[in-house]
Amino acid sequence: MMLLVVVEHDRGVLAPATQEALTGARSIAQRLGAVICALTIGAAADGLAAELDVATVYQAHDDVLGDYGPEAWGETVAAFVRAHNVPYVLACGTDRGNEVLAQAAARLDVPFIANCSDVRPTGSGIAVTRVRWGGSLLEEATAEGTRLLFSVTHHAFEAATSASANTPSVEVFEPRIDPKLARTVVADRVDRTAGVTLATAPFVVGGGRGVGSPEGFAPLEELAALLGGVVGCSRAVTNNGWRNHTDQVGQTGTRIAPDLYFACGISGAIQHWVGAMASKQILAINIDPQANMVSRADYAVIGDLHQVVPAISAEIKRRRAERS
Amino acid sequence: MALRILVCVKRVPAPGARINITDDGLAVDTAFLGFTTSPHEECAVEAAVQLVEAHGGSVTVLTVGTSEAEEQLRYSLSVGASAAVLVTTDGTDWDPQRTATAILDAVQVLEANGVFDLVLFGNESADSGGFQVGVRCAVALGRPMVNGGKGLVIDGEFAIVRREADAGQEVYRLPMPAVVGVKEGISLPRYPSMKGRLASKKVEILRHESTAEAGGQRLVTLARAAEVASSTVILGHGTDAAPAVVDLLESLGVR
Repeated sequence: MMLLVVVEHDRGVLAPATQEALTGARSIAQRLGAVICALTIGAAADGLAAELDVATVYQAHDDVLGDYGPEAWGETVAAFVRAHNVPYVLACGTDRGNEVLAQAAARLDVPFIANCSDVRPTGSGIAVTRVRWGGSLLEEATAEGTRLLFSVTHHAFEAATSASANTPSVEVFEPRIDPKLARTVVADRVDRTAGVTLATAPFVVGGGRGVGSPEGFAPLEELAALLGGVVGCSRAVTNNGWRNHTDQVGQTGTRIAPDLYFACGISGAIQHWVGAMASKQILAINIDPQANMVSRADYAVIGDLHQVVPAISAEIKRRRAERS
Repeated sequence: MALRILVCVKRVPAPGARINITDDGLAVDTAFLGFTTSPHEECAVEAAVQLVEAHGGSVTVLTVGTSEAEEQLRYSLSVGASAAVLVTTDGTDWDPQRTATAILDAVQVLEANGVFDLVLFGNESADSGGFQVGVRCAVALGRPMVNGGKGLVIDGEFAIVRREADAGQEVYRLPMPAVVGVKEGISLPRYPSMKGRLASKKVEILRHESTAEAGGQRLVTLARAAEVASSTVILGHGTDAAPAVVDLLESLGVR
């Protein structure tokens, strides 16, 4: 019995989420009594086989698979499931992971359960624990059927660090995709020039309603620059038009996972918290010691962010000057 | 080219700082909560209205729910939609396959008067977060679909969708009729005007009774995620705390 892991990659570059999916797959496969195999989509990903600690890597090749396309990728997974009669398919619950499995499930007319943190067999299907409301609620659910697709919650599993101990066997799979599905392949890109992103920054300096104005973010920008990090914000800030939505951390913004998140003047509404909770550590800076964010943070400074944040930057600069 | 756009929205509880569960464990306890339109979809309605303002056409909103969901349909009508459809349910938690089938049946009835150039969904609903209802409808309709749209413009017969990805921005060029899943941030929703509010009250909401059958996924119970233990270490008060903060940063490797 096969547990198929769909490998997420961008033009041949492995997404770190794939290793999370493989970690999740290991514990789940054991319980389901399944063997883990991986599916790479597009010839650009052929080189990834050596990085995947699985029994067999299937490499899907087709003219339409030159770049990412939700329909073409979903059809590839569906075609593979039909060809190999695969009972279980897993991906990481990223934007692409959920999109591809939704496409595949729709084509197969079978259930797809998004964002599971646990999967167990029942007699006639699986039982899962999955996240709702971005992670503030847990749902116990079941799915019946002989073909079941599910994604594992992004950041719920540690990415596997070890490279493959054994070289997996490799097989080419030709899905013969309807060329019409090229209609949803990426047509153009604007590649990020340089620098870190909100999703990958080691430090995020977030500001909320307490920042008070667009100009109030200047000290946060300075601190972020000193740390090689980026500035984020809460939904209240975007709704006030102080910053662009691309900076928003939260359920409907970006999920962050930095080493340290500075939550400055952020009360900690559920919407924001679920976007920040994967941070390794959180430091809240708030005048209100009762704020949700303060009680949920690892560390807190009680005080006015307009004074505290510049003082932190000044202390960093003072120590750097001393050392040089 | 005048556009016919359908936007599918969902009524969801507006959560406070805590979400409570009903005694039977099957739903969010809404006794002390208000309701709202799921945020991605609220932005989808605004994006649709802006497209119609630019190109002409009309926006229809659709939701699957009980009569109470008329509140969200009226709200959409007050900010620029001109027609609304309620696909009625028994009020229980419908699985994604069932919801998609219910929407699809209604779309097929509505399209007797002409195909929708665009059908918009939220990227995922704020409450159940299944990430699939829009995709299932698109596949059943045989139409191109991308999720995660943060930009949407019309170029002749094509819908140009821009979305954010790890490596930058991706641009998709979908031949219409097309389906797009939209994320918050694609637009900044307007507030209803008095005129809009009054007009919204006069629109007759079409009702469509669904005969969709349950899919394979079944809710067993809901629970609140474990609260993070409140063991916050207070590093200090005001600017005096700065050295302790920098000590912490240095322990994380900042020099």
